[in-house]
Amino acid sequence: MTDILITVLIVSSIAAGLALLLVIAERFIANYGQCKITINQERDITVQGGKPLLSALTEQKIFIPSACGGRGTCGVCKVTVREGGGLLLPTETPFLTKEEIDGNVRLSCQVKVRNDLAIEIPEELFNVREYTARCADIEDLTYDMKRFRFELTEPKAMDYIPGQYVQLLCPKYKGNSEEVYRAYSISSDPEDKGVIDLIIRRVPNGICTTWCFEHLKKGDAVRLNGPYGEFRLSKTEAPMVFVAGGSGMAPFVSILHFMQKTNNLREAVYFFGGNTIRDLCLAEQMKGFEKALPNFTFVPVVSRPEEGDGWEDETGLVTEAVKRRFKVLSGYEGYLCGSPGMIDAAAKVFTSLGMPEDKIYYDKFA
Amino acid sequence: MNGIGQDVWMAVVTCFAAIFTQNILLTTFLGMCPFTSVSREVKAAIGLGVAVVFVMTFTTVLNWLAYYWVLVPLKLEFFRFILFIIIIAAFVQFVEMVVDRYSPKLYQTLGIFLPLITVNCAILGTSLFMVIREHSFIVTIGYGFGSGVGWLLAILAMAGIRQRLNESRVPEGLRGPGITLIIAGLMALAFVGFTGVLS
Repeated sequence: MTDILITVLIVSSIAAGLALLLVIAERFIANYGQCKITINQERDITVQGGKPLLSALTEQKIFIPSACGGRGTCGVCKVTVREGGGLLLPTETPFLTKEEIDGNVRLSCQVKVRNDLAIEIPEELFNVREYTARCADIEDLTYDMKRFRFELTEPKAMDYIPGQYVQLLCPKYKGNSEEVYRAYSISSDPEDKGVIDLIIRRVPNGICTTWCFEHLKKGDAVRLNGPYGEFRLSKTEAPMVFVAGGSGMAPFVSILHFMQKTNNLREAVYFFGGNTIRDLCLAEQMKGFEKALPNFTFVPVVSRPEEGDGWEDETGLVTEAVKRRFKVLSGYEGYLCGSPGMIDAAAKVFTSLGMPEDKIYYDKFA
Repeated sequence: MNGIGQDVWMAVVTCFAAIFTQNILLTTFLGMCPFTSVSREVKAAIGLGVAVVFVMTFTTVLNWLAYYWVLVPLKLEFFRFILFIIIIAAFVQFVEMVVDRYSPKLYQTLGIFLPLITVNCAILGTSLFMVIREHSFIVTIGYGFGSGVGWLLAILAMAGIRQRLNESRVPEGLRGPGITLIIAGLMALAFVGFTGVLS
């Protein structure tokens, strides 16, 4: 019995001694002190050195997207390290292209903070947060589209640029065994920061849309994160053409709210396409925007009007309607939101009418 | 020759034996996992091999000290498995810390392989053989170093062969680990040819 105790004691003390040595070594050798990280040349944060850049930034509430949680296997957590990143590690090279290596792009989970760093990350990541919200209202827009209103509970407000999107967490439910995130454009008034409206069109057998349409009830708590995305109004005064179909309506509603609030007088023509008259929505709200914005026109287009539905406006494909209205688009900017097929077709029409490719902005629904 | 001189001579002989006739990888097939996974290109193989030489030499010596100075006097020889593993892990951790701090260049080439080595059974195996074969302290130095170099030699040869294999047509079912194990077997046969060179 005493043998066993003594054995355990001795082995434990050897292990403890070694551990102590390592702790002391870490204290003196791996002590990098306080390090300053300069982000985008405008913001400084101070962190304790010695840990990976990714976790140092997360502690400062700057969320770099990462799928593997910092193990260096997903290659998502890329940031540009201007100064102080040290040598590129063999663990990073498989995930970086030659251009990225030349541009000092690194995997933030592999770069260790040993000294002061200067890094660059997309501006929008400063604002990305996880939010909890409550479903406040569900409104039918068409037979297969609904508008969901979410009131943010924690944090209580989101700063976003009209045109951006959020990722909604779809929980497990009967028929879906894993949590997934799905991206939806924000369609609410950006001034009302505590409310996020999403326009969602039902996708047959879609995981998240099925949940939204069949399981989500008024009053339910949801989680979402964001905002993300580069789709937004340019800062020019050029006249604009908007083209959307289905739930591609969403970002434009938010953009129009913003234009109305800022008294934007840019010329804008909004073509909204649907198969039948049943696919059109928000006609009243669009009329309201037309009244408030003197240079805004809403053009609904129905590709297959049915006998007796009384449709007298534009018919045919939305791209044909654009061609009928405009002969030249060289001075214009194009904004597209919807299915990839529609976007590609519309972009083709825009360029054929003389619009430069770099003036076409789009948000493709994958 | 007498005393220390003889010990040193024995160390040299043991070192060569560990490299060629008793190559730890090709005669006992220890350390196969990193051997098959990191032998895809010569550069990585050298990095891992050098790390193994370094760690193997030092941990074998440290483990000799721990065994004969701590375990034997306390009659705890049976505890060597656990103690050796702990010492190897602590040593690797320590080395990684030092390299990381003082030599970024070395860390870049060697650093990522160090954690891999902690669980390399060739390292533990060498320490255990050192005990079984009752090597003296000086012989242990030669044995640890020789085993490491032997492992380096084997993985380097394998990486060279596999780089050439990239251009040859290997039957689909054998690609990757399959052909690697067959090559390892052939290399082991080739190393049998060294038998008798040293005794």
